[in-house]
Amino acid sequence: MKKTREKIAGSIFLITAIVAVVSVFAITFYMFLKGAPAIFKVGALPLLFGNVWEPTAANPSYGIAYIILSSVIGTFGAVLIGVPVGLMTAVFLTDITGSSRAGRSLSKWISGAVELLAAIPSVIYGLIGMMVLNPFMYRLEKIIFTGSDTHQFTGGANLISAVIVLAIMILPTVINVSCSSIRAVPQSLRSASLALGASKLQTIFKVVIPAAKSGIMTGVVLGIGRALGEAMAINMVAGGAVNLPLPFNSVRFLTTQLVSEMSYSSGLHRQVLFTVGLVLYIFIMIINFLLTKLKKKGEREDD
Amino acid sequence: MRRKITKLAAIVLAGSMAMAGLVGCGSKESTQETTNTEAAAGADAAESTQAAESTSDTQATEAEPETQSVSGSVSLAGSTSMEKVCEALMEGFMEKYPDVTVTTEYTGSGAGLESLNAGSVDIGNASRHIKDEEAASGAVENVIALDGIAVIAHKDNTVTDITSEQLAKIYTGEITNWSELGGADAAIVVIGREAGSGTRDAFEELNEIKDNCKYAQELDSTGAVLAKVASNPEAIGYVSLDVVDDTVIAEKLNGVEASEENILNGTYALQRPFVMATKGEVSEQNAVVQTWFDYIKSGEGQEIIQSVGLIIPN
Repeated sequence: MKKTREKIAGSIFLITAIVAVVSVFAITFYMFLKGAPAIFKVGALPLLFGNVWEPTAANPSYGIAYIILSSVIGTFGAVLIGVPVGLMTAVFLTDITGSSRAGRSLSKWISGAVELLAAIPSVIYGLIGMMVLNPFMYRLEKIIFTGSDTHQFTGGANLISAVIVLAIMILPTVINVSCSSIRAVPQSLRSASLALGASKLQTIFKVVIPAAKSGIMTGVVLGIGRALGEAMAINMVAGGAVNLPLPFNSVRFLTTQLVSEMSYSSGLHRQVLFTVGLVLYIFIMIINFLLTKLKKKGEREDD
Repeated sequence: MRRKITKLAAIVLAGSMAMAGLVGCGSKESTQETTNTEAAAGADAAESTQAAESTSDTQATEAEPETQSVSGSVSLAGSTSMEKVCEALMEGFMEKYPDVTVTTEYTGSGAGLESLNAGSVDIGNASRHIKDEEAASGAVENVIALDGIAVIAHKDNTVTDITSEQLAKIYTGEITNWSELGGADAAIVVIGREAGSGTRDAFEELNEIKDNCKYAQELDSTGAVLAKVASNPEAIGYVSLDVVDDTVIAEKLNGVEASEENILNGTYALQRPFVMATKGEVSEQNAVVQTWFDYIKSGEGQEIIQSVGLIIPN
């Protein structure tokens, strides 16, 4: 009797575990099923490397090169800003604040703020970006481009705004993952370094961070994943016109491409949007692949 | 051994779940077009159809004999811009007349009228007036609605009157500064809608600048365009006439104010008719097609047309 119950419970757990697996396979299958046809209809080269996006023109053109480029550069920019800030914050929380009472309470405040930052919905980031960042960028744009004949004024909705919003959004991920990996660095390493006469800063940059490298990289890759997949906030601040991703150009990302055009699209236009989704999906798969590699490497180093 | 069987059973179950999932996907594929167009018809449309549903529910008892007497099918083809209004009308109509099947293809105005001429559809949809040669081949124009677009700018903008020519130049990037229009020396921030939007389609078509526009921002909703223009003193945008509120100003076009009145009397340029053309007069059509037109002219039909932001013609 007891055995049967155990077995039933066991199979229920197995079934629930399989739900996730089935979902992943179903999504993968569906993305390829819906995303692949347009590649053959439009042709892989004109689709992926064409830079004219005119899906509703009399002679439609479905080039998504600028969109892919915007996503890549936007994410790269966000990492470029977000990772140093996040890493410094993590170091500050673990090694700088110290164990004095004031230090501990400061560290507690900052961690609380970081957690809160992680909990804020992306639409709020977008709203703040729209209300604060865009007007500021517009002022900057007016100063930089006065008298320019070639620049189209975007009203502040541009690549930089998107990058800044994304950089802030990936901060919690980078900080949290880096923090835990820096904390895992044995205290003895720090003591040894300090005993050899290295300063605190030297210890942090030459000993602690290299020792926590693989964990920090994991944080970076997770941050990239978050930035690449973000849609709502960017949709609100980036302007949404398909352009070469220059800092003050209005741009469109892979995610916002789907968000903004899905509702009214039809026919081949719609199919191409699925292909855009597929491209995004493949990017995320690559990121995940890197992540597992990194984790494995980290485990091997730990041994 | 027994354990293996349980495991096997679990795997089989999981497999069938996966199949169900995939089948689910497959069937969704075919219905997706309609669900999405319904979504596209917008919240107001959904509301109004709901309203229409409730009214048709109450009328169902009185109209029962009529409901039963009409059965058959109506086929429409034509303008993609009319998708929103067609879907909303179809939904309301088929709710009231469950025995009638209405099918619509969105092939474009010209193609729709060709299909009508070839006799493959009952009604040809066109988002323009029908041409002389089309009329000569027997197509009769039935204007079911008028579509008006307002050009909007910030409240503080001193430019309140522009010409059609200037408007086209702004959107193609030839005019980039408000001073060229007699306003302040400031760059124009050109705001529009995303590709596929009916408003964008109409705007570009009416200004004859289709596929030539250089947008600074492409936003994916009417509300977003309104909000951006309301908050940016140098912005220009376009929205359906019915949503213009006092947060922005609607520009006069060639000296004519954007209003329902001026659209009805034909003086406001940014407008187009939504035509459901038939071969011969409506009265010469079969009973089902006549019922369709009766429905459009009925209170319910008119309400649906207004709910998707269109103007009822005189």
